[in-house]
Amino acid sequence: MLNLFLRRVLVAIPTILLISVFVFALQKLLPGDPVLAMAGEERDPVALAAIREQLGLNDPLPVQYFRWLAGALQGDLGTSLRTGQPVTQLIVQKLPVTLQLGVMALLIALVIGIPAGIISAVRKGTVTDYAANMVALSGMSIPNFWLGIMLIMLVSVRWQLLPASGYVPPTQDFVQSMRTMIMPAFVLGTGLAGALMRHTRSSMLGVLKQDYVRTARAKGVPERRVVLKHAFRNALTPIVTLTALLFGELIAGAVLTEQIFTIPGFGKLVVDAVFTRDYAVVQGVVMVTAVGFILMNLVADMLYILLNPRLRSA
Amino acid sequence: MTARLSLIAALLLSTATAAGAAELRIGLENDPDTLDPDRSRLFVGRIVFTALCDKLVDVNEKLEIVPQLATDWTQAEDGRSITFTLREGVKFHDGTAFDAEAVKANIERSKTLEDSVRKSELASVESVDVISPTEVRLNLSAPDSTVIAQLSDRAGMMMSPAAFAEGKDFSSAPACSGPFKFVSRVAQDRITLERFADYWNADAIKLDRVVYLPITDTTVRLANLQSGDLDMINQLAATDIPAVQGNANLRVEQVTGLGYQGIYFNIDNGPQSENPLGQDARVRQALNLAIDRNAISQVVFQGAFTPAGQPFPPSSYYYNEAFAAPERDVEKAKALLAEAGVATPVNVDLQVATRPESQQVAQMVQAMAAEAGFNVNIVAKEYATLVSDAAEGSFQTSAQGWSGRIDPDGNLHQFVTTGAGFNDSHYSNPEVDRLLNEARTIIDPAQRKERYDAAQAILQQDLPISYLYYQAWLYGVDAGVEGFKPYPDGMIRLQNVTDAD
Repeated sequence: MLNLFLRRVLVAIPTILLISVFVFALQKLLPGDPVLAMAGEERDPVALAAIREQLGLNDPLPVQYFRWLAGALQGDLGTSLRTGQPVTQLIVQKLPVTLQLGVMALLIALVIGIPAGIISAVRKGTVTDYAANMVALSGMSIPNFWLGIMLIMLVSVRWQLLPASGYVPPTQDFVQSMRTMIMPAFVLGTGLAGALMRHTRSSMLGVLKQDYVRTARAKGVPERRVVLKHAFRNALTPIVTLTALLFGELIAGAVLTEQIFTIPGFGKLVVDAVFTRDYAVVQGVVMVTAVGFILMNLVADMLYILLNPRLRSA
Repeated sequence: MTARLSLIAALLLSTATAAGAAELRIGLENDPDTLDPDRSRLFVGRIVFTALCDKLVDVNEKLEIVPQLATDWTQAEDGRSITFTLREGVKFHDGTAFDAEAVKANIERSKTLEDSVRKSELASVESVDVISPTEVRLNLSAPDSTVIAQLSDRAGMMMSPAAFAEGKDFSSAPACSGPFKFVSRVAQDRITLERFADYWNADAIKLDRVVYLPITDTTVRLANLQSGDLDMINQLAATDIPAVQGNANLRVEQVTGLGYQGIYFNIDNGPQSENPLGQDARVRQALNLAIDRNAISQVVFQGAFTPAGQPFPPSSYYYNEAFAAPERDVEKAKALLAEAGVATPVNVDLQVATRPESQQVAQMVQAMAAEAGFNVNIVAKEYATLVSDAAEGSFQTSAQGWSGRIDPDGNLHQFVTTGAGFNDSHYSNPEVDRLLNEARTIIDPAQRKERYDAAQAILQQDLPISYLYYQAWLYGVDAGVEGFKPYPDGMIRLQNVTDAD
């Protein structure tokens, strides 16, 4: 197990390096000049040239990349072109916000997706199954931004029940924090709930056909126990993997959701940074996300082994 | 069960803000960049600075220069120096006193800080003499009539010299002498200011706190106003005017701004200038005449934006009635194209920002120009790309705008003089250069206006820029907010503003 873990970590290192080169190169391919973008309404050519020089944008690309890499290895991801704040500071500020959104969304997705999946598998072919499937499909196919705007219009503008946007840290005011976060988490969570429901359903359907389930039923084990203990436990393995892999989708969804609800998290940070060509911020955020994604994959692999004893000896 | 229900009820119903203190929450269209007046580059930052940093002078609704930190000023007869009398008893937010030495330190910082973007605005200021604690003189290298207007903006904002001393990061704890002092900033979320008790004009300040929240999406910004989470929003979309007017709890405040939106023609910026519009002023004239500016304002902007034919807004002393927005004249446009001898339809690419409003304007231009013999191809570009393509000459025509400055120089000189920063057309006319440079050095407004009129007469013929409309500053305001007056410069001045809830 430890061996496997170490092997995975070693494989991750070149992957991360490759991602960093890729992101760096992609950004430089973006049209639009970062200095002009940051200059806004100030077009004094002398001042612009000075800024370009100060930021090292006149150096050849490999020089710029290795300068960034050297800094990154020492924990310095550079400074934002736009605000002058260190990128690491921005990330530390924004990460908890997106984590909170992500955890809440994931909880909502699990609470909706797994029971719905189990029920529709057990009642396969009934009205309940079709209804659950329809809800799941709508959850997956309704665009986040549309659902978000509709919720804002209804819940915030029409009924005035919840704030339309913004963010309050839970440490500062827990209730208010939940109030601002519940709608975005719902929007993000329902999208994932659909995928979770479908996976739970198909995984459960497979397991329910197994011999040991028939045996359990033959022995007279109550149906509830058959479904939850015998079947669901064994159906859980692919679901856990999927949940860990949903992390990537969660971050991608957070980018949009944060934009709609104006939540000052990771997603908003990176989108605004792309629009203002704030290279250092884009690079830093994408790298941290990539590392997070790889870590989650690692966790998924480990969980997979923990849940499936047959793999432990491998 | 009851506990769970009451938790849900608490979540839903707990009031959003702490009661008692008068707090004004303003939705901005964007997150300001650095909160350092010498390094600030974006328009939106100036709105926050208006509450945070007083300037030597201010402007009123008629764009006249009025006292702020300076109570009086005189420009020498030869125009080569300006002497200011400073307000007494003014304190910075950090408790230090404002005096002539502070003015000197501020002007010198603006001029010498490595990444200061104020250098060109104060280029003519050669030195600063402290005459007495309340008197200071700016010595100019040449007569310059634009300096005083610059001092009504970021170049004239006075920061506490202690706050920008060696080794201090001013923008993380900005200390000026404005009516509100800095409390905190969370990037992309909010900037919080609170009432400065020692403000020299404290009686005019009725609010305890101001919070600026950047919300880029116009729909979400409006939704926050409608839901009561915001008291006021900046840059209300013109299309949302009826929605705000139809709501008894809200109102629209508006004023025509100092800026304009227009079409820039590539006249001599690289190979893309080699097109009929770039090569022949008559073809540009024809396009200019093909556009019905009133129709654009009515259709896209609910009639809120005033049609434009020149860079100076109607509120400016330098506005010239003779160059008002041209009436649409398709026959004349066709005649001009025939005279120029170009084959019709004239194919032209028009680059526009991806914003819906900009694209609607472009589509109207496309349709109207088609009737006069143009085949306009709209190329929508994300804003940062639009701007850098224009600067690099990678365009035929580009729809762009300017937020406007109170001094006429700021709306014209840098766009049309040879080699100037915003002259993406690479238009060059020695006579225009001479007139506009001269206008900078003339103090007497009437004589200055003569130069601008003469320059405009030439520009109307050469037409490097076709002006379409003046943007209006549109605000959505909650009924509880009183005393707010919009200003043509688009700044939100909080003097005498109250908030009932």
